[in-house]
Amino acid sequence: MSVIILLIIFSIIVALVFLFAFIWAVKSGQYDDTESPSVRILFEEKKKKNKQGESKDPVEKR
Amino acid sequence: MANPANDTVKDLRKDILCYHCGDICRDDHIHFDNKDFCCNGCKTVYEILNENDLCNYYDLQNNPGISLKSKDLTDKYHFLENSEIRDQILDFNEGSVAKVQFYIPSIHCSSCIWLLENLYRLKEGIRYSRVNFSRKELNIDFDPQVISLKELVSTLSTIGYEPFISLEQEKGKKQKSVNKNLILKIGIAGFSFGNIMLLSFPEYFGFEGIDDLFIQQFISWLNVVLILPVVFYCSTDYFKSAFSGLKQKYINIDVPISLGIITLFMVSLFQVIFQLGPGYLDSLSGLLFFLLIGKWIQNKTYEGLSFERDYRSYFPLAVIRLKDGLEETVQVNRLAKSDEILIRNDEIIPADCILISHEASIDYSFVTGESTPVYKKKGDFIYAGGRQQGPAIHLQVLKPTSQSYLTQLWNNETFKKEEKSRIQLMVDKISRYFTATILIIAVSGLISWLYIDPSKAWFVFTSVLIVACPCALSLSTPFTLGNAMNIFGRNHLYIKNANIVEKLTNIDHIVFDKTGTLTCNRRGLLSYSGSPLTETEKSWIIKLVANSTHPFSRGILSEFGKGKDHNILSLSDYREIKGKGIAGIVNNHLIKIGSREILNGEIKPDNAVGFQANMYISIDNIYKGSFSVQNEYRLGLKHLISDLAPLYSLSILSGDNESEMEKLKDIFPENTEMNFRQKPEQKLEYIENLQKNGKKVLMLGDGLNDAGALIKSDIGIAVTDDITAFTPASDAILDAGKIGDLFSFLKFSDLSRKIIMTSFIISFLYNIIGMSFALMGKLTPIIAAVLMPASSISVVLFATFAVHFMARFKKMI
Repeated sequence: MSVIILLIIFSIIVALVFLFAFIWAVKSGQYDDTESPSVRILFEEKKKKNKQGESKDPVEKR
Repeated sequence: MANPANDTVKDLRKDILCYHCGDICRDDHIHFDNKDFCCNGCKTVYEILNENDLCNYYDLQNNPGISLKSKDLTDKYHFLENSEIRDQILDFNEGSVAKVQFYIPSIHCSSCIWLLENLYRLKEGIRYSRVNFSRKELNIDFDPQVISLKELVSTLSTIGYEPFISLEQEKGKKQKSVNKNLILKIGIAGFSFGNIMLLSFPEYFGFEGIDDLFIQQFISWLNVVLILPVVFYCSTDYFKSAFSGLKQKYINIDVPISLGIITLFMVSLFQVIFQLGPGYLDSLSGLLFFLLIGKWIQNKTYEGLSFERDYRSYFPLAVIRLKDGLEETVQVNRLAKSDEILIRNDEIIPADCILISHEASIDYSFVTGESTPVYKKKGDFIYAGGRQQGPAIHLQVLKPTSQSYLTQLWNNETFKKEEKSRIQLMVDKISRYFTATILIIAVSGLISWLYIDPSKAWFVFTSVLIVACPCALSLSTPFTLGNAMNIFGRNHLYIKNANIVEKLTNIDHIVFDKTGTLTCNRRGLLSYSGSPLTETEKSWIIKLVANSTHPFSRGILSEFGKGKDHNILSLSDYREIKGKGIAGIVNNHLIKIGSREILNGEIKPDNAVGFQANMYISIDNIYKGSFSVQNEYRLGLKHLISDLAPLYSLSILSGDNESEMEKLKDIFPENTEMNFRQKPEQKLEYIENLQKNGKKVLMLGDGLNDAGALIKSDIGIAVTDDITAFTPASDAILDAGKIGDLFSFLKFSDLSRKIIMTSFIISFLYNIIGMSFALMGKLTPIIAAVLMPASSISVVLFATFAVHFMARFKKMI
């Protein structure tokens, strides 16, 4: 019967992984703005004119 | 680049729309690069974007821009060079890295996001910019050695995204962490609820396989571990609120909830420790999970709007002070009496002053809602809050900002009170009796079972407390009001918090401000009175006013100028005398338009009647007649008043003179009290007096002069033409175009109250069923596990669906 105990422990551990992933997501601000990311993903990067200095990529978020 | 499909669509329309901002173009609009622009500002923005290859902006949305009409931004941001102010605004500043967060009210569509996040292509030195759409915030990382904060702000302003700069941005950040905590709590409660439910399944079905005592014990203790974060983290808010309520000798709804949580936890712990059963941990975690979701729905507010502004948000941060002939930037709160200050075009005067320059034209629209500028002469007294229109002026400060006529209002004690809870919420009223009733039932159950079967007495006592936990009771209010608030938002009434919906039902007196609330701000209709003008005379006048940018002239032009070609006429000797009027010679006829002074006594006294701001016209020194601005009342007003009149007492408070009294009498019922020439303090006092007579007052106003009355009233609604514009602190913000719907809002809040009542009845039914089980000593964990979530879920579903059904029925969605 002890195999059930093992299974329960494993399942709780897996669930805890997801819980901590959720806590991390909230703390890192992913729930702060739920509107703009949905719009942002649809922007197309147009081919820029090859001007030096303008072709810098935006710095990634911290 | 230009989208051909868009162009054809636009051609089919009657009016030509500005390619940038979508406003209707006047006949004299600008045609540039095959596109139409309503004004130079819009064209300039297009040019800037075009040069930098950012025209994608126009592909994402049609006419996404922000109108730049009547905005002159030169020199406006000088104060950002003051290092003290700059350090307060920047979040981080070290060497070549600076970070700043702006609140930009004009963010409104996906094009805005795109453009603002591509700022680095517009100006060198900007590294990274990121928009938070719902909060209308823009975060920028930039290199202060390449681009100064002032340049950054003026760049944003030239493309139409003027940041709102104030030194009190801390408040917003706190609010954010409250929301974050709530989401975390919901997540954790959901986690515990799910796992405890899962582990309790064998119990529900009474599986034979788990006769093994060890496994039973293991699962029970695991549940206890899982419930710990729910009790000690997720429910802390309820304990705190209940405790602070009790400290003030006041039983709120959180008291029975806390009582229920504690009993459930203690009883379950007791049962697990003494191996009596699995306890009610699944019910407890589920209860918290639903409660927190309800709270979240109720808390979902309009983050982009601010309901808490005071005068400091309107006034500039700094002004230019003249000291020994030198200009220096100084923070507004450091201004002292008899300082000399310089105010440029479109800047706000931060303190009560005396005019040193010869003349000034002051727009008090912030204060009164009236947008026609007032003319002032040297030595005149000027109140704080006005906006200079025209060339820069010199002023001498009479009183510091915090002591000035307008801002004194904020020293009134009304503004110092934290909360105004004159109207008590229904759920709090009921919870007082509820708690008492439950305790009586539980105790009498205990006593009677002590006679019948003492071994079961304590079990009955705790069962009653468990099952009576007012989960359904406390859920129906947030879900109903939260959803109602949502529906109001869709109809352009934005409410600060959900409780306002219920408070609306208690209102019995409605007070209106006149200018800007009942009347439209901008579109005053011009009416002409005097000897009739011939068509030729009209075209002369149009030729003259076409040269002026004064709002009156634009008004005359749009009223009379339609379809007339005035280009063939000749104009010479054109003069514009600030604050007086304009004059010029059109086709050899001298035309003068303006105040009485410009006409040099050509008007006979009997012609000069009326209170309204008038524009007199003379042709060849002969008085012809005058234009006057007719206040235009908002659409649907008459209908609204006739709906409201039988149910509410009404009154009008106006800062203006009595000139509109006759018209108002047409619209309002006879017993309406009308007060004119009201000072801000008088408005506040008027509300106070009504309240002393036991009235529950709803106030609608718009300007800063209504701020006191809005705060003092039980519910203050700020009416505004532009939701993103600054409104005084209030409980709700109403789109001015929707003022005609006020009655349906009031009726709908009444309906919401009835929905809450119905769900109370439903939850009482559950309580009676549960209570009878409990009193019979038959409340097993299985019955609790079925009954408690069932009552919660059914009440939540009922509240949500009833509100939406009613909204559809009333055609509000």
